Amino acid sequence: MLRNASRRITSLLQHQQRYYAASAAAQTNDGIQQGVAYSKLLKRAPEEAFRTPELARMSALNSETKKMNLFQAVNDAMSIAMTTDDTAVVFGEDVSFGGVFRATSGLVEKFGRDRVFNTPLTEQGIAGFAVGMASVGHTAIAEIQFADYIFPAFDQLVNEAAKFRYRSGNQFNVGGMTIRAPCSAVGHGGHYHSQSPEGFFAHCPGLKVVTPRSPIQAKGLLLASIRDRNPVIFFEPKCLYRAAVEEVPVEDYELPLGKAEILKKGTDVTVLGYGSQIYALENAIQLAEKKMPGLSCELIDLRTILPWDVETVVESVNKTGRLVIAHEAPKTAGVGAEIASTVMENCFLRLEAPVERVCGWDTPFPLVFEKFYMPSMIRCYDAIKNVVNY
Amino acid sequence: MDQVMYEAQRQGRFSFYMTHYGEEALLGVAAALKPTDIVHGQYREAYTLLYRGFTMEECMDQCFANVGDGGKGRQMPVHYTSEAHHFQSISSPLGTQIPQAAGSAYALKLEGSGDRCSVCFFGEGAASEGDFHAGLNMASTLKCPVIFICRNNGYAISTPSSEQYKGDGIASRGVGYGMDTIRIDGNDIWAAYNATKAARQIATQENKPVLIEAMTYRVGHHSTSDDSSKYRDRKEVEHFQVMDNPITRLRHYMTRQGYWSQEQDDAWRTMIKKEVMDTFRACEKKKKPALDELFTDVYDELPPNLIKQRQELIRLVNEYPEYYNADDHEKMFSQ
Repeated sequence: MLRNASRRITSLLQHQQRYYAASAAAQTNDGIQQGVAYSKLLKRAPEEAFRTPELARMSALNSETKKMNLFQAVNDAMSIAMTTDDTAVVFGEDVSFGGVFRATSGLVEKFGRDRVFNTPLTEQGIAGFAVGMASVGHTAIAEIQFADYIFPAFDQLVNEAAKFRYRSGNQFNVGGMTIRAPCSAVGHGGHYHSQSPEGFFAHCPGLKVVTPRSPIQAKGLLLASIRDRNPVIFFEPKCLYRAAVEEVPVEDYELPLGKAEILKKGTDVTVLGYGSQIYALENAIQLAEKKMPGLSCELIDLRTILPWDVETVVESVNKTGRLVIAHEAPKTAGVGAEIASTVMENCFLRLEAPVERVCGWDTPFPLVFEKFYMPSMIRCYDAIKNVVNY
Repeated sequence: MDQVMYEAQRQGRFSFYMTHYGEEALLGVAAALKPTDIVHGQYREAYTLLYRGFTMEECMDQCFANVGDGGKGRQMPVHYTSEAHHFQSISSPLGTQIPQAAGSAYALKLEGSGDRCSVCFFGEGAASEGDFHAGLNMASTLKCPVIFICRNNGYAISTPSSEQYKGDGIASRGVGYGMDTIRIDGNDIWAAYNATKAARQIATQENKPVLIEAMTYRVGHHSTSDDSSKYRDRKEVEHFQVMDNPITRLRHYMTRQGYWSQEQDDAWRTMIKKEVMDTFRACEKKKKPALDELFTDVYDELPPNLIKQRQELIRLVNEYPEYYNADDHEKMFSQ
């Protein structure tokens, strides 16, 4: 698979759709309808879209919504950001024709070639360019085509962007920069179209790392990320670009960074994830509550990985006494390790079972073995069962 | 200032220093710029700051990492920053400022004043970094008003330029990126001035980047952590110090024009020596920044984890004062 060959990318997306159609249709005798397509977490009716307290204020103002998938929600957020901020620009590899995932489509027509432009194929250049624009007070929304290719920019992000405010004694900052990158598994992405590199950046003070689970979340979190006065890396689970569809408020709105969201209240076990992993966890909880009648699981979407919402997680675990963390990235030194140790420090007397981490194996992301690599519904269910029966 | 600071560092009075010996003619670059042009430096460009009015005291405050340091004592010496002088913070990673300069220049272009550009300094060693390639290529394709100034002083620490590249220096690469390029005598302040002035015209009027390669020689050691006699001949250094010294060359010019005399030279040396020493003593005495500053500015606001960690340090400092003597800090914590 060649990057930047749009023909092949298009084919990647077509495969992706087929993959999801196939996985959604996959039925086992547990009666659980797996996949994003059947998720009860997505807001498919306009009135549902405003049901969270975070959006309540807006629903009083204007209750209009529009059906969008995740790439359309991202596109809508960037369009609003550019309308409300004359200094905002969008750039990266292949963004001007609309982007290989269509996230920037129509933006050139709306805002012109000076504000929406292709760069040469250089990730370190893209990140450095964003740092430079933001350092003089402009808003730079840069795209790295796949999170797998963010590593050439690692130096610019970790040594430069993250430390810019601190090292200058707050004389300069790059708060206006946001790096967007499609991340995570897509069914057949192999080594370099599947990675979840959030853990590398979670170790870097000065950066914020954010990942949404749905279109409503993507729009609100991306707008907040763009306007946040710190450099933000925004990882978009690419398997949700087309698969996740919601009624998204048309208005300009932001969702808070640094705040986790409790998606389902429960009393016996806290189940924590972020991004597309939320849907595997949703299914695992359905299966667990079905197989263990009376079990009540609490589901938390972390949303911001750095700085993460310790308070909400600790409060939940102090209530339930049990914690399962799941992410696609490999286990060793992953984000789950940070959460587990913090929970151990803060909830030691309340924990009734060891914290379980359900993660990708400590291998490169494999092609044909993807199903066996993933922290799937059944692995998450197994972990819930273990902590409950401990 | 270089001489006093170099020697003071050797006496252990602060941690690190880098001199500008042999490269002083690049003051001509600073003189050809407008004070609002944005400077992205590498680390051997303090002349640009001093030319713009950043004081010797501010330089020394930075080196002593005291309360006067605008960078709040967080970075190594000679990593200057000045928002007021449009001089972005120096950072140690080499070459990172090159694509950043393309970015800031693009922002200036969008602002549309047509009267500002970015200026980016780097050495010939840093030009081997990937960021050089990224930065020049982006500046060219995206038509950014930026002047790239390569200080080719023959060495990157111990590595001679013969081990740095096989092509015709750095200038020949500019042509490959489709960029107006010139190579100048980097020990000639007028060459530096004229080339920069012309480059500035092209950058601001045509929105195009320009590359200037200034051929010079690093007369001093790389830094106070380096003894350059380990890898190069003293005679070579002496040759440049005596025969091709940018300061001497300018003095000859000024003397011949009748702008400068031996008496003026003697008087100026005495005056500046006193000023340097007075400033040095004053800066050395100042307190270090408050311990609070360890935690501020990581983000725009302190996140919960840093609030907690700050409390933890307060507890440690109070519980183990004999191991955490903070008396030389301005005030330990704000509460």
